[in-house]
Amino acid sequence: MSDRIDARFRQLADERRAGLVTFVTAGDPNPSESRRLLAALPRAGADVIELGMPFSDPMADGPAIQKSSLRALKAGQTLANTLAMVGEFRASDDATPIVLMGYYNPIFSYGVERFLEDATRAGVDGLIVVDLPPEADSELCLPARAYGIDFIRLATPTTDDRRLPRVLRNSSGFLYYVSIAGITGTRVGETDVVAGALARIRAHTKLPIAVGFGIRTPEQASRIAETADAVVVGSALVDAVEQAPENAAVAVCELVETLKAGVLSARKA
Amino acid sequence: MDQSNSLRNGPDEDGHFGTYGGRFVAETLMPLILDLEEHFAAASRDEAFWSEFNELLKHYVGRPSPLTFAPRITERFGGAKIYFKRDELNHTGAHKINNCIGQILLARRMGKTRIIAETGAGQHGVATATVCARFGMPCTVYMGETDIERQQPNVFRMRLLGAEVRPVSSGTRTLKDAMNEALRDWVANVEDTFYIIGTVAGPHPYPAMVRDFQAVIGNEVRAQIVEAEGRLPDTLVACIGGGSNAMGLFHPFLDDAGVRLIGVEAGGEGVETGRHAASLTAGRPGVLHGNRTYLLQNDDGQINDAHSISAGLDYPGIGPEHAWLHDVRRVEYVSVTDAEALEAFQLCAELEGILPALEPSHALAHVAKLAPDLGADHLLVMNLCGRGDKDVFSVAEALEVEL
Repeated sequence: MSDRIDARFRQLADERRAGLVTFVTAGDPNPSESRRLLAALPRAGADVIELGMPFSDPMADGPAIQKSSLRALKAGQTLANTLAMVGEFRASDDATPIVLMGYYNPIFSYGVERFLEDATRAGVDGLIVVDLPPEADSELCLPARAYGIDFIRLATPTTDDRRLPRVLRNSSGFLYYVSIAGITGTRVGETDVVAGALARIRAHTKLPIAVGFGIRTPEQASRIAETADAVVVGSALVDAVEQAPENAAVAVCELVETLKAGVLSARKA
Repeated sequence: MDQSNSLRNGPDEDGHFGTYGGRFVAETLMPLILDLEEHFAAASRDEAFWSEFNELLKHYVGRPSPLTFAPRITERFGGAKIYFKRDELNHTGAHKINNCIGQILLARRMGKTRIIAETGAGQHGVATATVCARFGMPCTVYMGETDIERQQPNVFRMRLLGAEVRPVSSGTRTLKDAMNEALRDWVANVEDTFYIIGTVAGPHPYPAMVRDFQAVIGNEVRAQIVEAEGRLPDTLVACIGGGSNAMGLFHPFLDDAGVRLIGVEAGGEGVETGRHAASLTAGRPGVLHGNRTYLLQNDDGQINDAHSISAGLDYPGIGPEHAWLHDVRRVEYVSVTDAEALEAFQLCAELEGILPALEPSHALAHVAKLAPDLGADHLLVMNLCGRGDKDVFSVAEALEVEL
């Protein structure tokens, strides 16, 4: 599957540290600032980039990412623009994995085959599509794998041992463990509970596990980094965009640097 | 009887009606949806469940609702013989309570202790708050701020019934956003919460489950029209937002090829203006709120705002079974405008002494176009699915009358 994702997690394992996965919404707060931000993220410390494909009705997201999506749409962002942004980023960075994250309808509307062709050409490595559970694998997951694009699945506190194999079956790249039952950006799971969940999941898979939903501070990032293979931060970053739309790239990157320091300070278990 | 060609067999085991329906939800909700499906299937096979359901419909809701001949409307239109199915006489004033009774019985069976719901016009919110009061369960209703403004009486009714009404300020602040917010609540409260969806949409098994609870409407019509006229009706007409009253009326008749079925969408200011809620007339297939169906959306797959004078029809999608019935051409789908519905609202009040809700006023507006060309022996049944008391303020405003 995606060479860039595999290579990046191998590198993290070699360096005996967790990775930092940063989520920002494509086109937020506007197309040009969003491009600047995307280009600056790797140097600020992003090991993997999740790029949100904005959607009018983000059912699984909290207020921060909802507002971020609406800002991007209002500024004219489309799925075609998002793919073009990735292509532009790839021209200068061939190592940092990019995972597109969002909801199915804009992709369905774009056309699945056309989307996968354009995403492959742009250099997209993986997809997280929140409203496509394993029961709907024939929609996008299996076609994406045929293109060599990883389909990254969410596992949650409600994903028990009976369901986990089904969630993992066509997953690749890494697994995204959602530390709480809830929407993005609200709260973070207790460290020992998360550690217990990761141990349970690791009995089922060798995939690296990223943990997210609600991690906002370097201290939280550090605690999660003790057990997870990667730490995902999203809502805190798009909040920073909201607070400094004129200067979003700089503001977000400053925050990413402190979060990265938190991740690096973790003692690996 | 051979069932293989029946139109009433859907959905398949994954919740599909043709290519529509399905289960497009976040992973957190999948175990709940699968659990709900199992419990609903078990309840469906349990006679005790249905007898409790029917007992409540009879003694608490007041069913069966009458099938009333509408003599003066019939005379005015000068064609088909018009009957109203009087679901506006139900307790709480609309068909919505049929489904709420079914779902709260299921919630109790599953050991859930908290109920959430979304509402547009407030009818489903009131019905949910009502059954929660009746069974002593805490209830939270999500309602868009725009809808709260135009449906104040229902907001107060819900609060009187002990429900918490949470205003939704995200997105367009109407029904679709209320549904988003209810889904967000559910995903954060998976252990104890049951989500009572108000229409034949959402992830499987909701479209089939809500339909089965609403099918009481069509089943009663079948018996009542045979008693009154000695035969099945020629045409059935119902309004459609998500489509639960229409599906409840139509489903028992899907295999009766001689019965013409017509669903009436909200044409708002006119389909050509773009300000409407006619998903089948002017939308295209997409995925929202757990199911694939026809949606109002732009070229980029972003959901468009719906518009209707009737808050209950103001939704950019439609139940997936309707999408399928549209494609296989078993049901005709048409639309009428705000102005036409408003005119029908007044006509019904003046000629029949019934204040219909703005939602079935859409159905009546289409009957007004259809009936004159039909013969006097043509039996037409229209679902008068809700009463108009809740709408008097918005009607007064539309007619520029100060109260």
